[in-house]
Amino acid sequence: MSKVVLTVDDSRTIREMLRAALSDAGHTVLQAEDGVHGTEVLADAGNVDVIITDINMPRMDGYGFIDHVRSSELHRAIPILVLTTESEPAKKQRARDAGATGWIVKPFDPAKLLAAVRRVAP
Amino acid sequence: MDPMESIKQTYFQECDELLVAMEEGLIAMESGEADDEIINAVFRAVHSIKGGGGAFGFENLVAFAHIFETVLDLIRSGQLAPEPDVVKCLLRAGDLISDHVGAARSGDTSGIDDGDVKEELRGFAGESGDEGGEEDFEGLDFAPMQFAFGEEEAAPKLPSVWHIRFVPHASLYAKANEPYLILRELACLGDISVEADLSRLPALCSLDAEEAYIAWNIELRGEVERPAIEEAFEFAAEDCDLTIEQAEQDLPDLPGLPDPPGLPDLPELGQPEPLPDLQAEPVKAEAPADAPVETRKEAAAPAVKEAAPQTIRVDLDKVDRLVNLAGELVITQAMLAQSVQDAGFGATSRLGNGLLEFEHLLRELQESVMAIRTQPVKSVFQRMPRLVRELAAQTGKQVRLLVEGETTEVDKTVIDRIGEPLTHMIRNAIDHGLESTEDRIANGKPAEGTVKLSAEHRGGRIVIEIADDGAGINRARVREKALEKGLISPTATLADEEIDNLIFMPGFSTASTVSNISGRGVGMDVVRRSIVELGGRIVIVSTPGKGSRFVLTLPLTLAVLEGMVVAVGDQTYVLPLSNVVESMKPSASEIEAYGREWELLNVRNTYVPLISIGKLLGVEGATKGVGQGVAVLIESEGTGRFALLVDAILGQRQVVIKSFENNYRHIEGIAAATILGDGRVALILDVDGLAGLCRDRSGGAMPAELQATGS
Amino acid sequence: MDHLDPNVAESRRQFITFCTNGQEFAADIMTIREIRGWTPTTPLPNAPGYVRGVINLRGVVLPVIDLRARLGHGMTETNAKHVIVVVRVVDSVIGLLVDAVSDIITPEASDIQPTPDLARDADSIFVEGIAVVDEKMVTILSMRHLVDSLREHTTVEAAVA
Repeated sequence: MSKVVLTVDDSRTIREMLRAALSDAGHTVLQAEDGVHGTEVLADAGNVDVIITDINMPRMDGYGFIDHVRSSELHRAIPILVLTTESEPAKKQRARDAGATGWIVKPFDPAKLLAAVRRVAP
Repeated sequence: MDPMESIKQTYFQECDELLVAMEEGLIAMESGEADDEIINAVFRAVHSIKGGGGAFGFENLVAFAHIFETVLDLIRSGQLAPEPDVVKCLLRAGDLISDHVGAARSGDTSGIDDGDVKEELRGFAGESGDEGGEEDFEGLDFAPMQFAFGEEEAAPKLPSVWHIRFVPHASLYAKANEPYLILRELACLGDISVEADLSRLPALCSLDAEEAYIAWNIELRGEVERPAIEEAFEFAAEDCDLTIEQAEQDLPDLPGLPDPPGLPDLPELGQPEPLPDLQAEPVKAEAPADAPVETRKEAAAPAVKEAAPQTIRVDLDKVDRLVNLAGELVITQAMLAQSVQDAGFGATSRLGNGLLEFEHLLRELQESVMAIRTQPVKSVFQRMPRLVRELAAQTGKQVRLLVEGETTEVDKTVIDRIGEPLTHMIRNAIDHGLESTEDRIANGKPAEGTVKLSAEHRGGRIVIEIADDGAGINRARVREKALEKGLISPTATLADEEIDNLIFMPGFSTASTVSNISGRGVGMDVVRRSIVELGGRIVIVSTPGKGSRFVLTLPLTLAVLEGMVVAVGDQTYVLPLSNVVESMKPSASEIEAYGREWELLNVRNTYVPLISIGKLLGVEGATKGVGQGVAVLIESEGTGRFALLVDAILGQRQVVIKSFENNYRHIEGIAAATILGDGRVALILDVDGLAGLCRDRSGGAMPAELQATGS
Repeated sequence: MDHLDPNVAESRRQFITFCTNGQEFAADIMTIREIRGWTPTTPLPNAPGYVRGVINLRGVVLPVIDLRARLGHGMTETNAKHVIVVVRVVDSVIGLLVDAVSDIITPEASDIQPTPDLARDADSIFVEGIAVVDEKMVTILSMRHLVDSLREHTTVEAAVA
């Protein structure tokens, strides 16, 4: 069950961690550095099975990005996992309101990340 | 490398960048120039530092970043005004988080005293100090979370039967959740039987594809605990009606109906929901899309303009190889052009024209390649605000740092090596340059002293300036000190600039007591040497009562030298043009013998030592006769003014500097080599080295002028 | 071409031999980068006599050592037939001026004997040993020592030259 996963995060560290964990599990990983970049990668990608996005990002934050995906006729059915920390319940709620499918609590261990992907990826 | 280890390296690299962004933002906040985006950027920086730090278990770092982030979040959301005292505390917090990162990198995380700042931050965050323990816990809250699951699994599980009623709302689908996947998760927990409740499904003609009509009744049997089931529904819990009931053993069916505590039953549930959606139906695709599209445009449009330049990371070696190759191409072209000319093709022939075009392209290529080595001075300048803050605190002076031109690009080697001299000069400016607050007020100056650090491109060189509005150089005292140290003779008459320049002499230090700040064993002589090593020079402009300016002039790139090509005997040498003042054809009457070893050249009634390169370097066929050849007047930072005797000046040109010390060794008087248009190697002369060589040859004695003008 | 022969045991070292002043010398083939014709050099000031100067080797400034002079037999009278053996040791590249390059040899380890004590002198520190090939004596030079000796020279020697 190899998926195409798009990760959107402005932190290179987190991007590398996501890439390492996801590609180890056999997923194909696409990466973007912020929301705007995310929309571009998504537009070019053709098909993406799961999106994982951070909230705090320059140019377009996670809420804006989720909003964008959910209002796109083509991509609105893609499950979106947001990266949050446990100390941000309000952010989690806002992300859900914006249309996030689920969330991953940072810092994540690879097993939890993969479980979350499995739980939302068709 | 262990993948985690390599990600950790990435993390520290990223931290360096984030710390820069943070510092910039905080400084903008300090000057009241910060808009929302800047505050957001600061928040994000701290947030990302914390995020990565958590992943690597840097507990102290995370705990500190957490409270820091909390305060920034309050400012960001407008709940806390960035008053001066708040920003001041944030700046200190910025310094501390930088220390924390440094500590995490070095592996010694013990020695950082962040208690006071933490306390202050907590105050701003409205948390009392007593909650320290809780706060620390909060910083690490993820760890207990993960352990909880481990214990869960260890607990003995009893076989049980669960009855679950799952009624998805339309919003569940809108968020791309999928009941099938949830059922799949449940199936992993035990044996399930699922029954779809289609009772609300309308006739096809009135079916809304966006609506949720189907519900499920699920029976799950197995050694399953409630939390495991809840976890399967975790993402969906808000977008469905869910009841999870543990059935009496083997009690089958009929679970759903009595369960919902106070929730409306099915028909009621169905009614209110489809209603708003039915209204939206005709435009169902656009309706939800409309508003967001607007905001998206807003968000995306300016972003395109501001898009950060895309960058790649490249090994410096690769760049240097390119720089070298580009240099080779230029040389090869020159050789080719020479051959073409020798073969009788004129500059206006098609071949000549083509070669000229080729030359332009190559020059452009060379410049572009060299530009790869350059970086904004920002990475050095950004270290200074912290230094200024610390010095201000230590000296009790009020100091404002103005930074200009930090986007000016300079060679990477300059970036690597300019930090220390700059630090030293800023220390000096604050420690010696600026007066105490009381003195400033007494002299009618603003209480706050200003230190300005700026960089710009000027005439093919980089000019970096450190200016203060302090008292200026106290020339009487400098002179006195120089006398005391025996650096000048009591009878010497010195111009103001010459006195100012005394501070560059080795062993000179103006502070009568070695201060904690400037007195670290390096003087301005070391500063000057570092600048000279970079091919630059340093000039002081000081006005009593008004302040001092130190002006550094550096070459744009260290790979290329603007040179004067000279002939000595059968050899060709290159003199750095930056050392050349003028050239003249001296007559025999203008040259005087001085002692046995030296000759002095009369330059408009000032005598300077005249050194024959041919004699000094033992070049065959060099000019020997007095009154022959050309004297090139040299001014060097290290030696002062003197003249070099050559046979002829061949021209000026840019040459690519080639070090050969790696293949041979350092040669006194030779800086490096270059390759000329004819493909032959020419040596680049080191004028200070030549003077030194000359001094050694003559047993150490130097004509007085050589020293007196050395200032 | 026998250095390409896969049957040659890896443990056997290959050497390039060259002659100067009528003597045969050899250097480990791994240290030799290329062999090129003689070109006039740019002399280096205050260098020992055996340092002929530097040449431009495709952008690299290459110091050229006159092997004959280095061994104390006087300067080579150069003409177009002389060759420069380009030697690389670690990060240093130098050229060795010799009369001609002769052969590639693969002596048995037992064919190589250490320098006789009697033949030792200050300048022979870069002689690694002596090999007898086809009943001819070949002096094996340690390129590493040769390059090191070049880099470590004191100014005393420079002043003498």
